[in-house]
Amino acid sequence: MPIELQNLTYTYMPGTPFEAKAVDDLSLKIEDGEFVGIIGHTGSGKTTMISLIAGLLKPTSGRVLIDGEDIGAKGYDRKKLRRKIGVVFQYPEHQLFEETVYKDIAFGPGKLGISPEETEERVRYAMELMELDFDSVKNLSPFELSGGQKRRVAIAGVLAMKPSVLILDEPVAGLDPAGRIHLMNMIGRLNREGVTILLITHSMDDLAENARRVVVLKGARLMMDGTPAEVFARRDELTAASLDVPCVAEIAAKLRARGKDIPPDIIRLDDLQRCVENMLGGRP
Amino acid sequence: MSRERETMAVIEAKDVTYAYTSEDDVSPALWNVTLSIEPGEFVAIVGHNGSGKSTLAKLLNGLYTPASGHVVVKGMDTQDERHVWDIRRTVGMVFQNPDNQLVATVVEEDVAFGPENLGVPPAEIRQRVDEALEQVNMSAFKDHAPHMLSGGQKQRVAIAGVLAMHPEIIVFDEPTAMLDPEGREEVLAAIRDLNGKGKTIVLITHYMEEALLADRVVVMTGGQITATGTPREIFADETVLKEAGLTAPPHIELYHRLKNKGYDLGECPLTVDELVDKLCR
Repeated sequence: MPIELQNLTYTYMPGTPFEAKAVDDLSLKIEDGEFVGIIGHTGSGKTTMISLIAGLLKPTSGRVLIDGEDIGAKGYDRKKLRRKIGVVFQYPEHQLFEETVYKDIAFGPGKLGISPEETEERVRYAMELMELDFDSVKNLSPFELSGGQKRRVAIAGVLAMKPSVLILDEPVAGLDPAGRIHLMNMIGRLNREGVTILLITHSMDDLAENARRVVVLKGARLMMDGTPAEVFARRDELTAASLDVPCVAEIAAKLRARGKDIPPDIIRLDDLQRCVENMLGGRP
Repeated sequence: MSRERETMAVIEAKDVTYAYTSEDDVSPALWNVTLSIEPGEFVAIVGHNGSGKSTLAKLLNGLYTPASGHVVVKGMDTQDERHVWDIRRTVGMVFQNPDNQLVATVVEEDVAFGPENLGVPPAEIRQRVDEALEQVNMSAFKDHAPHMLSGGQKQRVAIAGVLAMHPEIIVFDEPTAMLDPEGREEVLAAIRDLNGKGKTIVLITHYMEEALLADRVVVMTGGQITATGTPREIFADETVLKEAGLTAPPHIELYHRLKNKGYDLGECPLTVDELVDKLCR
């Protein structure tokens, strides 16, 4: 189910002194199974864009097509949207509300009208993906868990819906290194299983290692769209937009500036290591 | 000599054990932790979630008191209730979420909250508030509403609120975890600036890039201190970080990979520029 944005515009508080375009004439198409990183300075329109895709905001003008259907059209079955698209918002742990971890994760599937058996199967599946031990955690109150575990439970609640598109808004913010690596691996695994991933993040290193496409927003507009190697090669433009480049790209650029022969598309640590070994003569 | 050092320390934690009490979990969050912090030092405490680093932070100003052992702040034991207010005044704390730390509807009133509660005379409050906002580069926002500020700006207002109480030591508990890269830079710049002006800084973080800025890094694992040293000493030892469940920044990771393959690159680089220099020699 491809996602297509056509001349999408969203204006906050129209007709007031605070009127501002959060998304301005945005057009792009995302195919099934893609892993798209979305980057941009705070206020560039990232979160508004995903809220429009998820049908949580109504465009001021333009359209969002999912599977070729306009989700804003009269008579569009929005339940279908909830089933297909899972959204993990920033600090999703603030949305926990049930008495037990099991009930919280089962809440979404419960609204789909599926059997209790299948619901349990989905809760088990989601907890396994998030590395939460079913037997020891399911009956705990989500509120007695640590911050990192709460985040896992909240994300499990989205995964239990088995969405074919998973949208995540800075899911690793505030996590420790181990938590971050686990979450990035889990997202990669789902993508290999066919789930389309849209990931908003400030961590360029994560995108360099995992994404296959990077969309850059600046001042509510589309600034760049390409492979991570293509996007991160445009280091000066990104820096001018107050965006970082991956540490690996930074090292590569500085080696190039010293006259070393490092290709401009090097953004992953393994690739840089190979280049540097060659540069050093291939032998210690 | 060691005795003299002891009396020099602004905070001395000795054999500190602390446990959270819940029905079925009595495993201590901290176990026999000993640490002394010298005046003017910038100490980073790193560790993964649950390593005990935030618990240690809260013990340093008496928010928690040890189950056994002692924390002594400038000669005052945190177990001694008579000292509570003097200790809180000496050791300021800045937490992760700026939204939970701002109380007033105008920036300068928020900063004035602390000194007002200390009973500081109004004229002096005025002066303290102006100075504190100046130090974090937020004077231009003194009439603004805190909720309209960016995350980095809010956190700097929270820091100003602590500064206005004139603490000698400031403990930062993951102050940048909820900020975007720009906000992180602003807050780190403010922290480094305060340290440059003589404040003692304890920074709890799981960003290794931030630990690189400190004079000394303390690594915590499972409620214990497993290593302490300069950033260069800590990052030179791959196993220390791995055992603590932490990962080095990519430029240091690359150095270790090359070193493990037998390349002689000399001592561990702390910055990208240092690595590039080594590779171009």
